[in-house]
Amino acid sequence: MLSVKLFNITTIAYFGAMVVFIAYLATRSRGVALVATIVSYIGFALNTAAIGFRWYESYQILGVDGRAPLTNLYESVVFFSWTIMLLYIVIDLKYKQRAVGAFVVPFAFLGMVWAQLYLNDAIDPLVPALQSNWLTYHVITCFLGYAAFAVACGVSIMYLIKAGKEEKNPEGSPVGGLLGVFPSIRVLDDINYKAIMIGFPLLSLGIITGAAWANYAWGTYWSWDPKETWSLIVWFIYAAFLHARFTRGWVGKKAAWLSVFGFAATIFCYLGVNLVLSGLHSYGGS
Amino acid sequence: MTTRDKSFFEHIWDFFCSLKLAIATLILLAITSIIGTVIQQNANPQEYIQEYGPTAYKIFVALDFLDMYHSWWFITLLIVFAVNLTCCSIKRLPRIVRIVAHPDKTPDEKFFRTLGRKGEVETSLSAEEAAGRAAEAVGRLFGRIERTDVDGRICLFTQKMAWSRFGVYVVHASILVIFAGALMGAFWGYKAFVNIPEGSSSDKVWPRNSNQPIELGFTVRCDRFDVEFYPNSRRPREFVSDLVVLDNGQEVLKKTIEVNDPLTYKGITFYQSSYGPMGNPLFHFKVRERATGETVEVKVRQGEPAELPGGAAFRVADFTEQFQNFGAAARIELLPGMTHEHKPGERHPSFVVLKNFPDFDAQRGGKYIFSLLDYKQRYYTGLQVAKDPGVWVVWLGCFMMVVGCFAAFFLSHRRIWVVVQATDKGSRVLYGGNAHRNQPAFEIWFENFSAQLEDAVKNG
Repeated sequence: MLSVKLFNITTIAYFGAMVVFIAYLATRSRGVALVATIVSYIGFALNTAAIGFRWYESYQILGVDGRAPLTNLYESVVFFSWTIMLLYIVIDLKYKQRAVGAFVVPFAFLGMVWAQLYLNDAIDPLVPALQSNWLTYHVITCFLGYAAFAVACGVSIMYLIKAGKEEKNPEGSPVGGLLGVFPSIRVLDDINYKAIMIGFPLLSLGIITGAAWANYAWGTYWSWDPKETWSLIVWFIYAAFLHARFTRGWVGKKAAWLSVFGFAATIFCYLGVNLVLSGLHSYGGS
Repeated sequence: MTTRDKSFFEHIWDFFCSLKLAIATLILLAITSIIGTVIQQNANPQEYIQEYGPTAYKIFVALDFLDMYHSWWFITLLIVFAVNLTCCSIKRLPRIVRIVAHPDKTPDEKFFRTLGRKGEVETSLSAEEAAGRAAEAVGRLFGRIERTDVDGRICLFTQKMAWSRFGVYVVHASILVIFAGALMGAFWGYKAFVNIPEGSSSDKVWPRNSNQPIELGFTVRCDRFDVEFYPNSRRPREFVSDLVVLDNGQEVLKKTIEVNDPLTYKGITFYQSSYGPMGNPLFHFKVRERATGETVEVKVRQGEPAELPGGAAFRVADFTEQFQNFGAAARIELLPGMTHEHKPGERHPSFVVLKNFPDFDAQRGGKYIFSLLDYKQRYYTGLQVAKDPGVWVVWLGCFMMVVGCFAAFFLSHRRIWVVVQATDKGSRVLYGGNAHRNQPAFEIWFENFSAQLEDAVKNG
């Protein structure tokens, strides 16, 4: 399938972007940063094209049963990488802080590598429960939310590294070396907050569309299924984060840690529940 | 009320108004919720004892871990959460109402000192002229202004999206609305199921965790059930039931339901959920006697013997709808005669007949050649039944949450003040602005605004 080849090239592009971004941290050359940014944009374009082709191929293989490529683990992982890059590009256009790429693009790259090496890329027809337009709304809102949290996590890691370094060499000596091109901790904190501000309403919408769909398919909008519960756990953590911003003693490093924990919970909600626990979202078995 | 009582009450009030309590509650809810995703909920006691041992089981029961989302302690946490956000909102709302409804339209110099973005310009124009030009500039760059003259000062004020300050309270209220909807569903609704064989009807449904059926007050009949599979696969493509609602013996509603497309009557919704076979399938065979060429058509149920020309008999011993990707297949056993009583364990010559390959059996070289023309399996349709009068309240809450989040995160209440005062040489223009969100964007906008405003009032 052409889409699988395109996904392979996407993976290579993300790998290239990641390496060049890390080279940028070392060289602090604007030219290197520009190359890294261009390569990551190309990767995103390839990723988009590959998803489009897979959509088209589903109609070639399944005829009238073709569907948007958002239904199994493989498709969700490559879509997740796509949403991470989309959110990254939004943040890049707004803040123009190239160093952030070194901490966000790796998430997209890891997703693609995992999907390409270990996941089943077959296009199978859908069981009746998944034949619903709610599927598309649910998956898109959830993954855009997850991607925003991925960006927030990457930025929080940068914050923790930089804040840790600044504590060790207080004032006077500017932080040099790899950290030279990091944005200031004020900017990092701001990006972290902005990303979660984007992610939180999207996660809420994702939970709501999931509930609406469950109600339409089974007559229960909430059944404390592990997936539902974990999405609520993630929601609680980011709600705590948003409130922590208004409380003295909870800003800065604690907020950054909360953002990292939030993303860890997000990943567990997305993968752990399917691979470790059991429930309604069955794609973990495939 | 004595002072002592009051301070105690205030103590409680402050506790429930605190943001620290909100953060602690949210984190506690997040952590405790994990328990129910690791320990299976509402399973049989035996399963727990087998998996965790009897001691652990006793501890789980004591701590309510086996139905934790309905346990007293989890509900208590949710109540604390609800009370906390109610108190926080009540405490902060009056100030927000004051800011939105009664903005300070005639600020003094002290107020300007508190503003982050501000400026001051001297001009030779008269106060009236300068105010007119400033009003024109603000109107062009931001929005319509309100003018208030007080103590010889001309005060101009304008604001945008003041109501976005309520966004966060809409989100808080939305959580209470969702809770209210969930309670309505819990008290006045139910979840049940019913299995209806094709061609029959039911006026009762069975709730989960109870043997006492619920009377519907009307009858549901299933006229037809059908399941369709993907080609060469056991994966169902869709399953549908033709349902008819009969109220007082009258057919009032007809609908073909499928997964993701239910039927609703009088607030009760029927969801296609499962299906299963009812009794043995009925087969339709064509059998040709090889020697004579005589052909008969036989209809027989699985397991029952059927007579063949020449005195022998057969029965369908086994049947599957999908035999190694060859489609429907029946295993036939030849019996010595109709009167032969089949004993368990007794072996007769048997072979497989495939529906999709009607000539296949001729190659077997047997005395009779079997072709499976058709078969009919009766099914029952499995329906989930739900009555939830609170569901619309829940959706209202969800809508409020999304709108509230949007207002709270992405809309900014922006205000502009301009105060013009006459001086010896002309007038002095004091201006400032403030945004309650997205400061960087406001800063950029204000720089441009400030340049244009000063330009407008300076040039005589």
